Amino acid sequence: MTPFSYVRAADADAAVRHSGADAKYLGGGTNLVDLMRETIERPGTLVDVTGLSAGITETDGGGLLIGAAVRNTALAEHGLVRRRYPMLARAIVAGASPQIRNMATVAGNILQRTRCAYFYDRAGSRCNKRQPGRGCDAIDGFNRMHAILGASPSCVATHPSDMCVALAALDATVHVSSADGERRLPFADLHRLPGDAPDLDTVLLPGDLITAVELPPLALAERSTYRKVRDRSSYAFALVSVAAALSVENGTVTDVRLALGGVAHKPWRASKAEQALRGQPATEAAFRVAAAAELAAAEPLRDNTFKVELAQRTIVAVLGELAGVEVTGGGA
Amino acid sequence: MGVIVNGTDVELPDDPRVSLLDLLREGLHLSGTKKGCDQGACGACTVLVDGQRILSCLALAVQYEGRSVTTIEGLGDEGALHPLQQAFIEHDGFQCGYCTPGQICSAVGMIEELRRGVPSHVTADLAATAIPCSRDELRERMSGNLCRCGAHNGIMDAIAETYGAETHREAAE
Repeated sequence: MTPFSYVRAADADAAVRHSGADAKYLGGGTNLVDLMRETIERPGTLVDVTGLSAGITETDGGGLLIGAAVRNTALAEHGLVRRRYPMLARAIVAGASPQIRNMATVAGNILQRTRCAYFYDRAGSRCNKRQPGRGCDAIDGFNRMHAILGASPSCVATHPSDMCVALAALDATVHVSSADGERRLPFADLHRLPGDAPDLDTVLLPGDLITAVELPPLALAERSTYRKVRDRSSYAFALVSVAAALSVENGTVTDVRLALGGVAHKPWRASKAEQALRGQPATEAAFRVAAAAELAAAEPLRDNTFKVELAQRTIVAVLGELAGVEVTGGGA
Repeated sequence: MGVIVNGTDVELPDDPRVSLLDLLREGLHLSGTKKGCDQGACGACTVLVDGQRILSCLALAVQYEGRSVTTIEGLGDEGALHPLQQAFIEHDGFQCGYCTPGQICSAVGMIEELRRGVPSHVTADLAATAIPCSRDELRERMSGNLCRCGAHNGIMDAIAETYGAETHREAAE
């Protein structure tokens, strides 16, 4: 770890004042400390923001305002999250381990970096995310865990978060503070696709501080869930995951929210599948058509062709579960 | 202000790079807490902070100013074993013993989470206020602690007996 100075911020204004070009905000440290130990991250200053808002409050409109410093466990166990946004509680407890969830903050979870092994292998691998312009050893390497949607010739890394997949599906809004004031942006627009600048995970500018995440009221989210497919049944990153909320009336899909994890550089909102589902009968056949529509643009790599069908089958299975429709599985 | 370790006030290191784990082991010579992977993958370094289990390898000591840390040395000793320590002995909950302090600290934090109603990945009913202390729940909740000797069955038996889970083996086992 390279030397740095440590400062604890009493509030958001103080945190922003302390943030310079060389500074990083520190939450629970579960990813950043590891990256610093590997000298992939080398901040000159760490601004500890775990003293910022750790509250979860109901908004006037019936949504939820979640402070950036809320720990993952606290969010997953909150009564309103469990009742109104079960996909979010399910996504959080599908991620990491209980010890890590006790440490990790909401904003830190959002801003965690990819677990691409080539990104981590500073000594032996090229990585455009770590060193822009150097090249990518994942594209022709062992890329079973990598992206099938929205990747670029520069980067095929995936975003590792489970929680973020639910936030993408739930139309969340991110509250950001900076020296220029406060602003809000849709969560779906926060993370970037890699393009030719994979070193930039998000659209945030240096010094920008996430202060809260806001969930809108969303009645259909009460019937929602999160399913994660992984190599072992606990404590592993997703091969593919699906966050879904579904509203069915008289056998017809009236509304749906759908997002995928483990498939792209960002939590992937499955807008094409959503569009294909609205107004359709809640049947396995319709679910398959929608899943195929979303994955039509998939460009799998040597080792992850399986993800294209796995994603479709998982979408179909989750929609079937929410609709109470038995699905047969089999080829998508 | 420093950090409280097993009830004793301790000075924080001047260098903010020092992890809580290194403070415990190298600074305070509390070598019960183990360094396994040092990257948050194995759980051997699990300690309790204000009763909550965390990974001390990913914790910078300076972040824990004013907090109360409990390590395995604070849970029991040779003259007065913690009930879980006794149960680990009776159920062969270890072979080499390297993961054991982390397993035991983790289990102490785990049972408080379960009693508080924190859901897990295998909790069927998210709305339930009381979560069953079943073997499936215990296994999932202990999945952040790896045992390379493969003593997980003994570990589960020890935890289940101590905390009153149904102790019969399931048919599949």
